[in-house]
Amino acid sequence: MAKSSSCACGESLNTLIYDPELCINCGLCSSVCPHGVFTEGDGKAVLSKYEECMECGACQINCPVGAIHVESGVGCAAAMIRAALLRRNEVTCGDAACCGPIK
Amino acid sequence: MQTALKSKPEIIPTTSRLTGRDKWDHFLARCRYRRMSHIVSPGLYSLGSPGPESQIFVSANYTLSFDALRSSLEGIDCYILVLNTYGINVWCAAGKGTFGTEEVIERIELTELKNLVKNKVLILPQLGAPGVCSQEVERRTGFKVEFGPVRARDIKHYLTNGKATPEMRKVNFDIKDRAILIPVELIGLAPYILVLSILFYFISGFWSALAIAAIGISGAVFFPLLLPFLPTKDFTSKGLVLGVVTSIPFAYQSIAWSDEILTYNAISAIAWILLISPWVAYIALNFTGSTTFTSRTGVRREIFRYIPILAVIFISGLILSVLLGIGSYLGWF
Repeated sequence: MAKSSSCACGESLNTLIYDPELCINCGLCSSVCPHGVFTEGDGKAVLSKYEECMECGACQINCPVGAIHVESGVGCAAAMIRAALLRRNEVTCGDAACCGPIK
Repeated sequence: MQTALKSKPEIIPTTSRLTGRDKWDHFLARCRYRRMSHIVSPGLYSLGSPGPESQIFVSANYTLSFDALRSSLEGIDCYILVLNTYGINVWCAAGKGTFGTEEVIERIELTELKNLVKNKVLILPQLGAPGVCSQEVERRTGFKVEFGPVRARDIKHYLTNGKATPEMRKVNFDIKDRAILIPVELIGLAPYILVLSILFYFISGFWSALAIAAIGISGAVFFPLLLPFLPTKDFTSKGLVLGVVTSIPFAYQSIAWSDEILTYNAISAIAWILLISPWVAYIALNFTGSTTFTSRTGVRREIFRYIPILAVIFISGLILSVLLGIGSYLGWF
């Protein structure tokens, strides 16, 4: 029996998860987000444009209390197609010839 | 006597003025010429005559990034700490972690920044944030990280206001941002366009060669320009729409400018559409990587949703073409 849950074409828009319970309202997420996904609120950051998230991960890496989780990654279509065709693990744009080495 | 051998880290003087040579380098970078070689040496730079309290800005060692920053700092005495991002811009390097926490920390140590300044605040470009954990940098170096605006040209406003407005914090992808990508896209596709159109010229004639060129130009020039105006939401379906439009002249010529009978012409018109449109869509799908608003989840979904569809469309076109060939040989039409 195939597991349907492993289907990569899941319907959620992105992988952003925010737990306002943990938020200490430091304001960093709203200042690092390039799409205004988070905005400053009274006492807590507000997830105001969930659908605009492009999973860059800036909020997650800078949140001091771990209230934000997002599976960030380089959305390089060519690399993903290659990975899907070769059934390899998805890396990123490959070697240094594309966009520099990965750290 | 090892300490005697260790030279004091160099502070490299720079200016906010861009020379003709800088602009020529920018032009070449925009044309994809030797794209990994538009490099500035990583290290500490001084602009004007900075003192211990002067501001410290952080940038990538890509000429376009570094030059955008320094040319926006005219009249400001400051330091610029250039990270080693291997000649990659801030945003892409941050995505990979080369514009990252470890590199910031290492560069602070290598340049002995701590001994040089009293000011303990680093101003990083906002688009470096995906790679840099500000708390970690502060914990390990004592330097506080402040994320400045997205665009270097807003820095002076940022410094006067003491904070970035929501507008300064947002990335745009306006017509100028999109148009400037055209040479890179086009030059990237050029070898394929050239080889394939010559090849197809000899296999199946002038119109096939022209179709290859049309696919390339449509995908690399018109797609970026028309992006927000194309209907539908995702890139591939937008590309498919543009692809159908691109193929219309080819479909039209096969009906209008041909003497052969109607069935043959109609099938051949459909074949043109099926053969051309998926390739424009495919180029469009790959353009997602050049934008600043597609998520990995979104791109992956597009790939799984559309690649099979594009393949079916193209293969149907191929089958129709083969049938037309066999058909006219056997006298079906």
